[in-house]
Amino acid sequence: MQKYSVFSLIKNAFSNHQNWEVAWKDPTPKSEYDVVIIGGGGHGLATAYYLAKEHNIRNVAIIEKGWIGGGNVGRNTTIIRSNFMYDANARFNEFGMDLWRNLSQELNFNVMFSPRGIINLAHSDAQMNAYARRGNSMRLNGIDAKLLDREEVKKLIPMADFSDEVRFPIFGGLMQPSAGTARHDAVAWGYARQADDMGVDIIQHCEVTGFDVVNGKIKGIRTSRGDIKAKKVGLCVAGSTNILAEKLNMTLPIETHVLQACVSEPVKPLLDGVVTFGAGHFYISQSDKGEMVMGGDLDGYNSYAQRGNLPTIQHVLTGGLALFPFLSRLKMLRTWGGIMDMSMDGSPIIDKTHIEGLYLNCGWCYGGFKSTPVSGWTFAHTIAQDQVHELNSDLRLNRFSTGHLLDEKGLGTKTWIG
Amino acid sequence: MLYIKCPYCGLRAQKEFSYGGDATVKRPNINEEVSSEDWDNFVYMRKSPRGKHIELWQHIAGCRQWIKVQRDTATHEIFQTAKVTEEIR
Repeated sequence: MQKYSVFSLIKNAFSNHQNWEVAWKDPTPKSEYDVVIIGGGGHGLATAYYLAKEHNIRNVAIIEKGWIGGGNVGRNTTIIRSNFMYDANARFNEFGMDLWRNLSQELNFNVMFSPRGIINLAHSDAQMNAYARRGNSMRLNGIDAKLLDREEVKKLIPMADFSDEVRFPIFGGLMQPSAGTARHDAVAWGYARQADDMGVDIIQHCEVTGFDVVNGKIKGIRTSRGDIKAKKVGLCVAGSTNILAEKLNMTLPIETHVLQACVSEPVKPLLDGVVTFGAGHFYISQSDKGEMVMGGDLDGYNSYAQRGNLPTIQHVLTGGLALFPFLSRLKMLRTWGGIMDMSMDGSPIIDKTHIEGLYLNCGWCYGGFKSTPVSGWTFAHTIAQDQVHELNSDLRLNRFSTGHLLDEKGLGTKTWIG
Repeated sequence: MLYIKCPYCGLRAQKEFSYGGDATVKRPNINEEVSSEDWDNFVYMRKSPRGKHIELWQHIAGCRQWIKVQRDTATHEIFQTAKVTEEIR
C-alpha cells in the first residue's frame, strides 16, 4: 500500500494526482469467510480492522447495503468525548479516547482529531452540584474534568447570552478539555483503507436478505449478491438492527428513531470547542470550514426515514437561540437525518447472542461516532475470542432482564419524558 | 410536519401530539403471576418494524385523549387513526 505522506503528495503532484492507488478495492464476494461483518459503517470497518490487526483474522468480509461513509458515520456531528459518570461507560470511552489520540498515525490517514474540549453548561445550582458529582466520578476514572464557574465560562464562550434577562442564566459548566471532534469521513475511509490492505473484503451495495442458522449455530448469510458461508457473523448495522433482528426472529430492547442535525453557512472562527445547552437538548460546535454544526432531540417517533420534520429542527434551534442569540443572523446551509438504534437505557450493547457464532453490536443512540474505535476494538475481541472483553462486560444484552441497566442520563427511547 | 387526524378533533398538526410508542404491546395481566421474561418483553423489547406500525399518540395540546395511529415508519405516511379502544386492522 502506498503510504500517505508529504513526499507522496509531492510525487503525485507531478502526475496531476492521476496515479493515486485506489484506497480500497471492490471485490466480488467469496463463497466463504471466517468472519462476516454486516454493516460497513465506522463501527463495522473498525471491527474488521482490529480483527485483522489485533487478532490476525484476515479472511473477513464487510457487507454493506449502501456505500462506505453513507450512513451514520457520515451523518453525525463528529463529537468525541468520555465525560461519563458510570464506571462502565467511563472506562469504555476513555479507552476509546486513547485510541483516538493515536488514530491518524495508526491509520496513516489524517482523521483531524482535534481535542478542543467540551463544555456542558449548567443553569441552576442543582445542575452545578450534579456536574460536580459527575466531574468527580470522571476524575476517579482518570478522565480530565474541570468545573467552571460563570466567569470562567464567559471567558471561553463570550458570545453566549450572559445578560440578565435570559430565562436560563448560565451558572457554570463541566468541561472535559480532552474531548473534541474529528473528521468523520476520514475515520471511515482510514479504517476501510487499512482493513482492505490487510486482506478484508469490503463489499458495497450488497444487501443481507437472510441468515442461515442450523441447530442454533450460524452457518452463513444470504445476500443480494449470493449466499456467503461464514463461521462467525457480526451484526453492526445501527439503525437497521431491528430489520435484521426480525430476520433472525430476535426481539431486542431497541427502537429505531430518526435524529436530525444541521449546519449553518460558514463564518469566521468564533467557537472553540463543543458546547451543550443544559436547559434543553442542543449542542453546537464549529467545523474547520466555519460552519456551525448543531443537533439536539430525536424527532420522537419510530422512523426509518433518513430525514426528519421541521418542527424538531425549530424546537432544537429555539434552545440554540436562547443560548447563542447570534445564530438568528445565520442562514441554515442544510439539515439531514440519520436513523438511530435507540436502546432502552441509552447505552450500547456489544455482546454474543443466543445463536452460536452470531455477535451483536447496537444501541448506540445519539453517541455512536465517539465510540467508533473502542466499539470496533471490543467487538473484534468479542468475535475473535468468543467472549466479551472486560471493557464491554457491562454492555451485555441481558442487562435489561437482570436489571443492571446503564441508565447514565435516564434517557432511552422516550427522551421527551426524561 | 406530520398531520394526524384525531378521532375526536379532526386533522391537527403533529406539534399538538405527544408520542406513546408501539400500541400492540400488551401489559401482563394485573394480579397474576408474571414471569421475568414476560415483564422484560413488556417493558423493554420492541419489534420496531420498518413499514406499517400501530402506535399510540396523545393529543396533548388538544383533547388530551390517547389515540391509535397506523403509520409507515419508512415514509411517515399515516393510513388510519382510531380511538384507543378501537382496533386497527
